[in-house]
Amino acid sequence: MLQILGRRTVSALTYLGEISILFAQTLSLALRPPWRGKNLLSEMVNVGLLSLPVVIITGAFTGMVLALQSYYVLHKMTLETVIGGLVNLSLAKELGPVLTALMLAGRVGAAITAQVGTMKVTEQIDALQSLAVNPVKYLVVPRFLACLILLPILTIYTVFIGMLGGYIASVKMMGINATFYLSIALERVAPHDILNGLIKALFFGMIIGIIACHKGLTARGGAEGVGRATTGSVVTSCILILIANFFITIALEIVNL
Amino acid sequence: MITIRNLTKSFACSTLTCDSNRVLDNLDLVVPDGQATVIIGRSGCGKSVLLKHIMGILKPDSGEILIDGHDITKLKASELNQERKRFGMLFQGAALFDSLTVGENVGFSLREHSNLSEGEIEEIVREKLELVGLGDVEDLRPAELSGGMKKRVALARAIAMDPEIVLYDEPTTGVDPITADIINSLILSLQERLKVTSLIVTHDMQSAYKIADRIAMLYKGRIIEIGSGEEIRNTANPIVRQFISGASQGPITEN
Repeated sequence: MLQILGRRTVSALTYLGEISILFAQTLSLALRPPWRGKNLLSEMVNVGLLSLPVVIITGAFTGMVLALQSYYVLHKMTLETVIGGLVNLSLAKELGPVLTALMLAGRVGAAITAQVGTMKVTEQIDALQSLAVNPVKYLVVPRFLACLILLPILTIYTVFIGMLGGYIASVKMMGINATFYLSIALERVAPHDILNGLIKALFFGMIIGIIACHKGLTARGGAEGVGRATTGSVVTSCILILIANFFITIALEIVNL
Repeated sequence: MITIRNLTKSFACSTLTCDSNRVLDNLDLVVPDGQATVIIGRSGCGKSVLLKHIMGILKPDSGEILIDGHDITKLKASELNQERKRFGMLFQGAALFDSLTVGENVGFSLREHSNLSEGEIEEIVREKLELVGLGDVEDLRPAELSGGMKKRVALARAIAMDPEIVLYDEPTTGVDPITADIINSLILSLQERLKVTSLIVTHDMQSAYKIADRIAMLYKGRIIEIGSGEEIRNTANPIVRQFISGASQGPITEN
């Protein structure tokens, strides 16, 4: 029993160490030439453009549901006029960045792990090394940067579409006065609330990129191993995003953002 | 010249019951310049692991690997990459980059490490593909090639930078006997034309006899016998005899 506990602790610490090393390597290599613009661009298309439909659907339905649920509760207290503020604030600070990150962990994180993992088990990573190319520089840096850059941008989309969804549900479906709704909705959301969400998105992007690449690079055992790594990548990213969200919220509160 | 001294490598086990698994155990080997040295041994006996140590892809637990006197196990990542440009390696499963075309695969290291123009690179790519007996496949994807063609493209990629040392990981495994013989001839002709040092890992004895200047047998993490093809064929060592004759009865048992 104790032995198992010990091994678990050691392997958790080893994992943390490996992630930190990969993270440090990625950052230092990202700042050094040669820069691979072409690789970064194709990854950004992968991460960004192809994720737009997912992000739009997530944003629209979350915004609408949020508005409807708030309406049912607030209507009884005749407070329905504050719905706009409630919906927009929750979207900008919490739901926008978190839901975007969770969706992207599934859509993009899984794809990265599967691709890098397949390269690992078919010796393509070894081949890169044998051709004197650093796999972290060649594979991890562009994927990491694409996640880092695009998560805030996609979060803006989610938040904006969500706000639109909230407006439609409240004004068009529930018949709340549009002027009322908008005045509160816009008054309640300050630029720093948006910034707050974007800072979170930046961290979530780093989590998705690093975890996905690390799981890929450490995949072994053929197709089955790649499958296991991919599942692990999504689960680990999602859990870390939820935990990180809690701590970033506290940290941002302390520095008063 | 590659000199390997006291090379030891163990891999950790994932289960609770077994201790670490020692794949290389104080291995000593000298690979002379300009010759083809073949390492034979059973599947899973650590032949590929040995090659990956020479490329610096794996780090040994102890021991040293001297390439012309420099110990590559002590190099920093950037120095190691410099050293790797003198090497070419053919991987067992070819390991072509499947997101790139054949031409991009062969020209990969030239695009990464040289200042040659696009035209010059394409010229070299065509020349290397011709050398391995392939023409007009530049625009195909690796997925569209047969196993034997993949190996030949991988060989073209390995020699694109005119390496001094070429490592082959089971070059004839998984291809038909005729393709295997073509690959053997390719290795021999590269050997003669480019004067490279070749280190070939295989369990295909026919291939070993054909291409080897010297054959070394790896067993239980050590080189137990080394000699010319003729010497190996007539060896008195019962372990080597069992291996080359392919008998299931003898001193070699499971594990």
